[in-house]
Amino acid sequence: MRAVDAIMECLKAEGVDTVFGYPGGANMPTYDAFYDAGIRHILVRHEQGGGHAAEGYAKATGKVAVALGTSGPGATNLVTAIVDAMMDSVPVVFITGQVKTELLGTDGFQEADTMGITMPAVKHSWMITDPREIPRVLHEAFHVARTGRPGPVVVDIPTDLSRMDIPYEPVNDVHLPGYQPTVEGNAKQIKQAAKALASARRPVIYAGGGSLNASEELTALARFGRFPVTCTLNGLGSFPAPDEQWLGMLGMHGTRSANYAMDEADLICAIGARFDDRVTGKLSEFAPRAKFIHIDIDPAEISKNIPAHIPIVGDAKKILAKLNAEYRALEVDAARLEDWWSRIKGWQEKHPLRYDETEGEEIKPQAAIEAIYAATNGDAIVTSDVGQHQMWAAQFYHFNRPRQWINSGGLGTMGFGLPAALGAAVGCPDKTVVCVTGDGSIQMNAQEFATCADNGIPVKTFILNNGYLGMVRQWQELFWERRYSEVTLGGNPDFVKLADAYGCTGFRVSEKSQLADTIKAALETEGPVIVDIRVTAEENVYPMVAPGAAARDMVG
Amino acid sequence: MGEPGTKELLSLEDLEASASLRSGRKHVLSILVENKPGVLTRIAGLFARRGFNIDTLSVGPTDEDQLSRITLTVDGAMHPIDQVTKQLHKLINVLKIRDLEPSETVTRELALFKVAINDGHQRAEVMQVTEIFRGKVVDVTKRSMIVEVTGTRDKIEAFEQMVRPFGLIEMMRTGEIAISRGRGET
Repeated sequence: MRAVDAIMECLKAEGVDTVFGYPGGANMPTYDAFYDAGIRHILVRHEQGGGHAAEGYAKATGKVAVALGTSGPGATNLVTAIVDAMMDSVPVVFITGQVKTELLGTDGFQEADTMGITMPAVKHSWMITDPREIPRVLHEAFHVARTGRPGPVVVDIPTDLSRMDIPYEPVNDVHLPGYQPTVEGNAKQIKQAAKALASARRPVIYAGGGSLNASEELTALARFGRFPVTCTLNGLGSFPAPDEQWLGMLGMHGTRSANYAMDEADLICAIGARFDDRVTGKLSEFAPRAKFIHIDIDPAEISKNIPAHIPIVGDAKKILAKLNAEYRALEVDAARLEDWWSRIKGWQEKHPLRYDETEGEEIKPQAAIEAIYAATNGDAIVTSDVGQHQMWAAQFYHFNRPRQWINSGGLGTMGFGLPAALGAAVGCPDKTVVCVTGDGSIQMNAQEFATCADNGIPVKTFILNNGYLGMVRQWQELFWERRYSEVTLGGNPDFVKLADAYGCTGFRVSEKSQLADTIKAALETEGPVIVDIRVTAEENVYPMVAPGAAARDMVG
Repeated sequence: MGEPGTKELLSLEDLEASASLRSGRKHVLSILVENKPGVLTRIAGLFARRGFNIDTLSVGPTDEDQLSRITLTVDGAMHPIDQVTKQLHKLINVLKIRDLEPSETVTRELALFKVAINDGHQRAEVMQVTEIFRGKVVDVTKRSMIVEVTGTRDKIEAFEQMVRPFGLIEMMRTGEIAISRGRGET
């Protein structure tokens, strides 16, 4: 069998039905195999888009996604998506073409050291040196991407090796002696955690992206113990919002209730969260009264930024199931948290998320998100780009299930939203998929509108158009004395005409009274849609923890 | 605590955290890895990314064909090494890591010293020092000598102090290798 046909067999054996990619010289043998392999291949318009589409697919479905590119620029264009997937623990197998073996290291045409360039940003990578390794390596790649803390892997295949014939036998077991992630949490530590939760007077559950697979157990624990819950940007949806036990997101643009609760907590139970600087603010003043339970499948996250008092390494789903049982067995009275709850309720009443509504027809960006939330019944999969619109979406669209909110949290990649949305829509064809973006971000991967139109992928893109690189402008306003340097987007295209040019449907709305109807019409239109929403130009995201400040010192 | 309806289960106040501290001493990490291309780059990259300086590094085969042993020393006074050790554990080609306890470890390093010689008297003196350090003269010319010394880092540094006044033309050191004392595997 041709090695490339073996690749197809491996993909099928791994349950892959769709891949995202772009052909070129060095991966043409693989593309010849795709010709009649029966695997859906989505031809993106830029490899970066393919990488983010794969991320969107993986984030929305929880399955391992696949992205392909050729050697050289194909691989380097994938790098941003690889780093993005590493930062947000997204399982993607990247398969890159490479120049033929005799050209390796000679600066051959379209040669780049893909292994070297991607090495610091992958969970693992393989360079094929013998075509007979291909099936085993591919299955190892899927195994590594999927298990433990998920992440991106790269398989680099020199084109001459991919053209060879190999004996193919299905690989049923993967044996990696140096890779054995801890899954079951330590029973003694879990017991200790249960006791700590039972002893706490001011507990908070702080859930990150690692809790998305443990949403049911997390919710059960929180409900039974009446624990307040806050989520990180990437953890949104792991606890259903809105809810009376829900404090909202924490961190730089989190709610006051969430940040104040962390500040006054005596016990914080971190689940699959990594104490990112956007969460902690000034580290030395973060949650100064709290002891920490830290549940994480990655031992290197434990005590990385904040020393853990009760570390538990393993799969959050399994650990929380046991923690639930242990906690119930202690039979403590949730009434002990009444004082704590009344303090939290006080903050919630005094400091809800808010914005100043306009008198006239001007549309506030927050109102646009609320209108999208209402029009989609809170049920859409929402992807976002990076900037102000991302924070407003995180604040004002309430996510009630995991994998409903898809954004570039760790790396903060502008240009993520549209390709991620098309990947999510391919993975979840029964769901409405909405991309919330800005007029800056959308232009970083706008070519993927063609992919949507070409494949009938019905992503509804809402551009919160303020004519600025809004978040940078906000920081310049607040921290750089309003010296607005290079943040005005003067040459924006006419997004309605752009939609038309790509074969999508375009809408524009600039009046508040038309907002709801326009969004409704957009959602009811078949195929990909672009809605240009003209919003207040100089609106700021509040509340805000200034960079380097303590979380309790929120402004706005 | 101790209020009606609740049991005193544990005192949160008494919980202690294991912080990521600088140990203040030199660490010898013995790392067993799969003998595959790129392994050393992955390991070195983890140190470089954190701005950690590797003091010595030696790589060699083991008694098993597919495995190599990397012995690496890093200053625990300069860098908190537990984070990087955890990251090393995550590398798929890394099978085992040991942060060796100095008192339970035998360490050795080999060094070659090229010493300038001007006359017979100096040659005799260098040979005498070499003998005291149980070194070996491995090359002699009219104007130079090469001496091989094996031992702990301290011993090699002591030898260096002794021959430097003669004129040390060059010195090559392998970096330490280390093996745990007793019957157990390193």
